[in-house]
Amino acid sequence: MARSMRRVAVVGAGLSLFMRRALETGKELSYYAASQALQSAGLRRQDVQAVVMASGPDAFDGVHMKGEYLSDGAGGWRKPYLRAYVGGGSGVFSIISGWSLVASGLFDVVLVVAEEKMSPTQPHPQAAFISIFDHTIERPLGPNLLWIFALEQNRYMHAYGIRNEEIALVSVKNKRNALDHPAAQIAAELTPEQVLASEVVAWPVHRLMVSPVSDGAAAIVLAAEEVAKRITAQPVWVEGVGWALDTSYWGNRDLAYPRYVEDAARMAYKMAGITEPRRQIHVAEPYDPFAYKELHHLEGLLLADRGKAPEDLARGRFNRDGELPSCPSGGLLGVGNPIAAAGLMKICELFWQLRGEAGKRQVHNNPKRGLAQAWGDLMQIGTVVVVGV
Amino acid sequence: MENQVAIVGVGLTPLRPVSPDLSFREMIFEAATRAYADAGVTPREIDTFVTVAEDFHEGTSITDEYTPDQLGAVRRPVHTVAGDGLQGLAAAYMLVRSGAADVAVVEAHSKASNIVHHEEILALALDPTYERPWRVNPHAVAALEMRRYLHEANASPEVSAQVVVKNRGNALRNPFAAYGASLSPEEVLRDAPVAEPLRGLEVSGYADGAVVLVLASMERGRSLAGRPVLIRGIGWASDEPSLSGRPWAQAVYAHLACEMAYRLAAIHAPANEIDFFEVDDTYAYKELQHLEAALRLEVGEGARLTVSGRTARDGELPVNPSGGSLGMGYGYDASALVRTAMAALQLRGEAGAMQVTGARSAAVVSWRGVPTTSGGAVVLSAQ
Amino acid sequence: MARERRSARRPAAKVSRLRKKTAKVPPQQAPGPIEPVVRDGLRGTPLRDAHVQGGMVSLERWEPKLEYRWDTGVAIGRFLEGLREGKILGVRCDRCHRTVTPPRAFCEWCFKPMDAWVELADAGTINTFSICFITWDMQPLEVPQIPAVIEIDGTSPRVGFLHLIGALRAHTVDGIRKEIRVGQRVRAVWKPAAERTGAITDILHFTPA
Repeated sequence: MARSMRRVAVVGAGLSLFMRRALETGKELSYYAASQALQSAGLRRQDVQAVVMASGPDAFDGVHMKGEYLSDGAGGWRKPYLRAYVGGGSGVFSIISGWSLVASGLFDVVLVVAEEKMSPTQPHPQAAFISIFDHTIERPLGPNLLWIFALEQNRYMHAYGIRNEEIALVSVKNKRNALDHPAAQIAAELTPEQVLASEVVAWPVHRLMVSPVSDGAAAIVLAAEEVAKRITAQPVWVEGVGWALDTSYWGNRDLAYPRYVEDAARMAYKMAGITEPRRQIHVAEPYDPFAYKELHHLEGLLLADRGKAPEDLARGRFNRDGELPSCPSGGLLGVGNPIAAAGLMKICELFWQLRGEAGKRQVHNNPKRGLAQAWGDLMQIGTVVVVGV
Repeated sequence: MENQVAIVGVGLTPLRPVSPDLSFREMIFEAATRAYADAGVTPREIDTFVTVAEDFHEGTSITDEYTPDQLGAVRRPVHTVAGDGLQGLAAAYMLVRSGAADVAVVEAHSKASNIVHHEEILALALDPTYERPWRVNPHAVAALEMRRYLHEANASPEVSAQVVVKNRGNALRNPFAAYGASLSPEEVLRDAPVAEPLRGLEVSGYADGAVVLVLASMERGRSLAGRPVLIRGIGWASDEPSLSGRPWAQAVYAHLACEMAYRLAAIHAPANEIDFFEVDDTYAYKELQHLEAALRLEVGEGARLTVSGRTARDGELPVNPSGGSLGMGYGYDASALVRTAMAALQLRGEAGAMQVTGARSAAVVSWRGVPTTSGGAVVLSAQ
Repeated sequence: MARERRSARRPAAKVSRLRKKTAKVPPQQAPGPIEPVVRDGLRGTPLRDAHVQGGMVSLERWEPKLEYRWDTGVAIGRFLEGLREGKILGVRCDRCHRTVTPPRAFCEWCFKPMDAWVELADAGTINTFSICFITWDMQPLEVPQIPAVIEIDGTSPRVGFLHLIGALRAHTVDGIRKEIRVGQRVRAVWKPAAERTGAITDILHFTPA
């Protein structure tokens, strides 16, 4: 692979509010985010040559081929329009897909939109998740999504002797960070005791360690190097992309460590020329749908030693004013979790952080390079993007 | 030339109306094994994998969970395109062109026989507030389009019946086809309508099957065992998603997709530069619309070409020598990739009894089915 | 609301129906008007439950009729037959020196057909477990479900599958954690032979050995 790669930059970003239940349809939420992203780049829909869509299971919206349904809201009318799909990893994968459209030389300006409207599923959106399990050997057991997280958290705690008090600190940090995020759905000032006092939904997981179900959308604009430089004085370059999918037989794996996240990170680091991630990554947005996941992922990303992320967290390393700010946005635990949109929200956050436009959320270490990561499927996929200025 | 991408391996299972002996995993494993052997690669030599799937076709949410094992792709870069087979092909093609991969795989499959109520699933693709409350059979969307097409084309329903006769006849020569048959136009026209004017025999039958293609940069492809078929251009587009305000007679998405593919392929006069076509014929009249897109024709000219017999397998512009979806069977989004595989075999001169003599270049045009207005196009040529 | 829940909880609704939902229950509290919100340029119109229950927004209702008959294929088909006979089956790959379950027709690592079927013990070790107080569709449970990954005896290390732990005395987190732990030995409790159907639920649950 000696061929030189075409450089690609993020030149605009936009979000809708994240809400428990939005009046707006998925099309309308997509429009909010897409139009804001275009506006921030000073572009119109006519300037966009292709559109990438990311959205989670069709079961949430109850719409088959949901990508088709959302296309006009995302600005895809009469354009090449593509929906890339890797479950919970879709939000961060959407920029990878968009990157490939531009890096391939086929397009110069691409709009990437991520949407999720979970609220239509009744009586509760979580019910849709039974259909992610193996239809023959798992669904008859009545599994729910909380199971796999709880099983993985328990194995993680067991393997390294981690206490739930340490994990509760992730909820505290992220929900506090989210107080400064305008899109936030469940920002709060909490103590670890309050997190642990919330009811046990699936031991060892407590309610306040779980991100909410949400409606929302996010969007970015990608451009090829020459075009990006004309659009903005501050392009945020896509320096590395990586993704990896582990086996479907999740009961055949060591759940204590997300090796597929490491695989994805190593791919992205190699492309970005990163040899010492802890020194070269200045701000991180790892995926935090459950509190322990942020720690689990920081380890898989090689940004913390195995089993040691809780200690780093406790001493403030991941705070917004810490050595490696992690989820300065407030993450999924604080801003909300409209699945695919939440992943792309992390890219939006890096875009604003690296340009010094994050306002009250701005990290203090003058970051030049950031990383976003998402995770999904049956504890199976890692998607990693490194961006820099 | 450093950015050229070729199909270097083709593997597929014969299409069948049912496949109770194999799970989807086992079926895909069979197609992948064939494709990798054809290309002379091991899974570890493949840099990236793209699968094509929609949740409700599989009966599983987040279907990409179940994709890596049967492709030898565990802990490798795998992603799913919830879209058309040609969009999956485009995703793999772009990853090679971008430099992220030298060898890429794209997979699509159908277990249509496992779906108990197809119409219920198709209905879920209609807009939940504007379009579903009518509770019409989704095939009626195709019937609306067919009537408008025939009206603007000033064509008789017989032309659509002729497409059925041609394609199911062509399928008799195709060992991968499930629905080869010798029919007369009268038999087609006598069949009961699904939604008038659309008759039962004008709707392609469902089929199960799996297809895997191996792509490589031209540079890498030369060192592999397979006989490369060059992807000269690829395109895709979506038009109006809602039923209101779409141009019913003309498949605008197909015109846009073909124009993109032709631009990349530097094709100026498709009728002269392309030797045969594999175009979507989920419903018989769709072949006419898609042929018009592929040849840059006005509404109705595709019908007249068909009536003239020039689209026969041994005509001057063969269309669907494989038998198309009407003859091979319809596998939702896998259909386009199956047809790309057929085109590749033709261009390698390995199409056996269905071989189009002297075929050096081909165009494949796809559609995602009702109620979408999304499709793709790819231009292929022999080395 | 309660009636709605019951009807929608059926795993696959028998008939798909469309009804315009008109709420008959008056709102319990004044939810305030439905208003678009703009914060730092970010837009949205958040709804509260009372807006929905109070009939302040129009809703379309649809119960999807999604039914499938999945082909279980060679490997899982035989696994299910084994369960009917009260056996847990695995498969072996001689190239990778691995014995795994659930069975698969081919080895995902070396990408070759598996070499042999192996009858495994109906016992194993808890790799990890949870104590879950809600059902898959978020209904509260008095007696928790205890999902676990069970490493089945006779397989390669760390190889197991999802099942449930049952027949414990305790119903509380603390009580259950006194009865089971990671590393706990467990055995399968089978349905009576006459009631088995060739399904994963032919094993009722695993219980401490």
